[in-house]
Amino acid sequence: MSFNWSDAAFFWPEAIMALTFVACLLTDLLTRERRHGATLSVLILGAVVALAVAVANPPRGAHDIMGTMMVVDPYAQFFRVLFLAVTLIVAVFSFSSREIMGADRENKGEYYAYLAVLCFGMMVMAEANNLVMLVLSIELVSITSYILAGYARMSLRSSEASLKYVLWGAVSSGLMLYGASILYGLSGAMSFTGLHDRLVFGGNELATLTACVLILAGIGYKISAVPFHFWTPDVYEGAPTPVAAIFAAGPKAAGFALLIRFFYTALVQSDGAGTMAALSSIQWPWLLAFLSVITMTWGNLAAIRQRNVKRLLAYSSIAHVGYLLIGFVLLSEAGLSAILFYLIAYAIMNLGAFLVVIALNNRLGSEDIDEYRGIGFREPLLAVIMVVFLLSLAGIPPTFGFIAKFYLFAAAIDGQMGWLAFIAVLNSVISLYYYMRIAKAMFFEHSEDEGGLGLSPVHMVLLVVLAVPTLVLGLYWSPVKAFADASMHWLLGG
Amino acid sequence: MTELANPSALLTWMTFVPLLGAAILVMLPSNNKTAHRWTALVTAAIPLALAIQLMFSFDRGTSAIQFWQKTPWIRGFNIDYFVGVDGISVAMVLLTALLSFLCIGASWKIEKATKGYFALFLMLETGMMGVFVSLDFFLFYVFWEVMLLPMYFLIGIWGGPRREYAAIKFFLYTLAGSVLMLLAMIALYLNVRDPNTGQHTFNMLYMMNQVNHGAWLLNVNVRHLIFMFLFIGFAVKVPIFPFHTWLPDAHVEAPTAVSVILAGVLLKMGTYGMLRICYPILPDAVRWFALPLAILGAINIIYGAFCALAQKDMKKLVAYSSVSHMGYVLLGMAVFNEAGITGAMLQMFNHGTITAMLFLMVGVIYDRAHHREINGFGGLGSVMPRYTTVFSLALFAALGLPGLSGFVGEALVFLGAFPVYRVVTMVSAVGIIIGATYVLWMLQRVFLGPLNEKYADIPDINARELATVIPLAAIVIFIGVYPAPFINMVKTSLITLIGMIPG
Repeated sequence: MSFNWSDAAFFWPEAIMALTFVACLLTDLLTRERRHGATLSVLILGAVVALAVAVANPPRGAHDIMGTMMVVDPYAQFFRVLFLAVTLIVAVFSFSSREIMGADRENKGEYYAYLAVLCFGMMVMAEANNLVMLVLSIELVSITSYILAGYARMSLRSSEASLKYVLWGAVSSGLMLYGASILYGLSGAMSFTGLHDRLVFGGNELATLTACVLILAGIGYKISAVPFHFWTPDVYEGAPTPVAAIFAAGPKAAGFALLIRFFYTALVQSDGAGTMAALSSIQWPWLLAFLSVITMTWGNLAAIRQRNVKRLLAYSSIAHVGYLLIGFVLLSEAGLSAILFYLIAYAIMNLGAFLVVIALNNRLGSEDIDEYRGIGFREPLLAVIMVVFLLSLAGIPPTFGFIAKFYLFAAAIDGQMGWLAFIAVLNSVISLYYYMRIAKAMFFEHSEDEGGLGLSPVHMVLLVVLAVPTLVLGLYWSPVKAFADASMHWLLGG
Repeated sequence: MTELANPSALLTWMTFVPLLGAAILVMLPSNNKTAHRWTALVTAAIPLALAIQLMFSFDRGTSAIQFWQKTPWIRGFNIDYFVGVDGISVAMVLLTALLSFLCIGASWKIEKATKGYFALFLMLETGMMGVFVSLDFFLFYVFWEVMLLPMYFLIGIWGGPRREYAAIKFFLYTLAGSVLMLLAMIALYLNVRDPNTGQHTFNMLYMMNQVNHGAWLLNVNVRHLIFMFLFIGFAVKVPIFPFHTWLPDAHVEAPTAVSVILAGVLLKMGTYGMLRICYPILPDAVRWFALPLAILGAINIIYGAFCALAQKDMKKLVAYSSVSHMGYVLLGMAVFNEAGITGAMLQMFNHGTITAMLFLMVGVIYDRAHHREINGFGGLGSVMPRYTTVFSLALFAALGLPGLSGFVGEALVFLGAFPVYRVVTMVSAVGIIIGATYVLWMLQRVFLGPLNEKYADIPDINARELATVIPLAAIVIFIGVYPAPFINMVKTSLITLIGMIPG
């Protein structure tokens, strides 16, 4: 196994996050109770340094790490930046969340250590270039996720969420591992590029298909695509809200990162036109289009009836996976680039919506929609910002969410899949209904209580920090689009 | 229609001054209601003044786009900030500026969360102006959608008892229509090329030139499909039967001023959109759909009139009369001759002013009696003489009395439609009789007969309320007597437009 120091230099951000994990644990050990601020500071410091290193030394080409295990390229860079930013935001607002810092348990500082390792795992997922790393990175993210979901261990629903997550996760990991072993058996190769060379030209199609579907199931579980989504609402509802927030924005994006890299590196023949040459007798686009349609429709229809805002956002996150899959179905550069663009928009608006839920949970102690009545008059700024996030999630201009959807639909129509775009826009209309239920409760209904809630200024600042790009990027988004295009272009052999 | 003349930043100011006003409003303290009202009124006066200037400096002799402004917005996707007006949009811009201003005056008595109310109202004005001046389809779509949100909250927060239902119904119906428009827009973008650069474009003027259409877009089935998507998007707004069911709910629940904007401006966006987008971009599909459009127009006229006849609530009656009156617009648009299309355009403008008057008048009585039951009044003519006069004027204009503006529009529509679709026109003409029936019947029940003692000392219309309707009444009489200035303003552009429709 070759080890090239000049390439390894590009692995510093990951290394820093791994060190941050250890440093967080040590800090927590040394400071013990009460001083969780120190652990948070260590995490923030580590993440900021990792981000700075990543941005200061961006990969210009593919840099292999540890042989062919991982690869740092502009595509991976895109996700690194996304994950580090998401982790930073979630870390800061976890600190002011009553569910995390007020939880009935010891060693609360551990939480930040888990965030660090989760971020590390997600970054590696985006870089995995080998079946072993595929399985390992997903396992790393999953196990950390189980712990985080059950973080409030004295809370029954948090423990229940964790247990459900473990059971679902175990099954899907098993399936994925099985699929990976079949692929190895068929090809004798572990690296994605090696798989590509052996699978694309000949091989047993049925066996390859089976293996790919099994791996797809494992990734489908991570991104919560229907029918692998059943854990999502329970886990989002049960887990502390900041954890649900990072689940929605982080591992999901990491799942897409891995999905795209695996399919496009291992299975697609790069003939420029982007056709699936690996399993030409299988109608991949139709299979994936079906998955996309059923995911978005199921998510949206199920969300309508929810009375708990976290569950509602959980189903909405499933629906968003359906939209995201549109870009994947097309097998075109425009579609994939639209996915990356959408993931940024989705991270911003979804974190924003969850942050509002956290802020309100701190004061109301509940996420029931009825508890949100009259918030629009008690806390006008918070409520207006929430409306901005909801509109963005629904895809109404002039928000970032609209532009992101616009690119996905445009890619679909350009790829002769107008019907898919048609179903997706009808789904957007459905989604507006349940998003607006939250707005309705906040503005159209009144509660007995009057007066402000006394929200923490940190929360309000963070909310504004997320709301401004939601609006501004809805009006001017060229740089972000260029970043997504350039990152995607690289992976597709540009 | 595809040439440009006379660049200017006037339209940009008109469009964004209200938004600026909304931003200023948000920063004012919440308890100073007078300051909110005056800020809104002054802000709305600026676009009105600019619109009047626009009307006088507008060159009536050309169908070229005037007062245009164009700046690249998103270069990678060839989206421009591109605004401009021709005769068709000038009429709509004028209507929007006028009604927005008057409606702020009519909202003076709003007490609940005035800051939010006026800020949303001004945002709404920006959205409406933007729709009428946009010449880039993407920009048009953004403004089209931006308008929904303030409307949703204006109905939902300041509306009547069933406001939540009405607000979300309005939002969902319109959004369902506009997402279809979004798909059509993307399909057009991907198949129209800028002749200068060879790239895809959202520029409507390029889309209007059939030479720029790609091969896929020349397929007749594709054109019809795209047309239908656009048509449904616009039909929900008009609203054309059977997409009209949001309208009575929204109108009845909305506060008076919002009803005025809904009927006066928002409904026109549907027909304006057809004239601005469907007609020049897909003229052959428009020709293909001409007869169905005329029939839909006739259905709107008759169905709306019958529904209005059955109403017990004044506001609902006016709402259904809107459905009926928009039918005349559709009928006039379905025949591609000068009289028909001019009549349709005139009817659009007239309906804006007349229905605005009607809603304002209903609002006046509702403020006093707190109900709108037609049968709950009687003999008001003896206690509210001034009110009765103004309301009657509006009602007579609505039924198309010669000498008032409603007559001119309807007469032109029938004049144009009769030689083309005889049967449809004759059936539609029945609508005039039903229209007269519901109008006169309501007039009789509310103002004539014995006085309902409950309202023996109801105060007559006051100066502020009068000030909101007098300008409209003046326009109604002026156009009724002397329509030539208005017709000359819109005619050149309309003739160019119908010239694009294949024979």
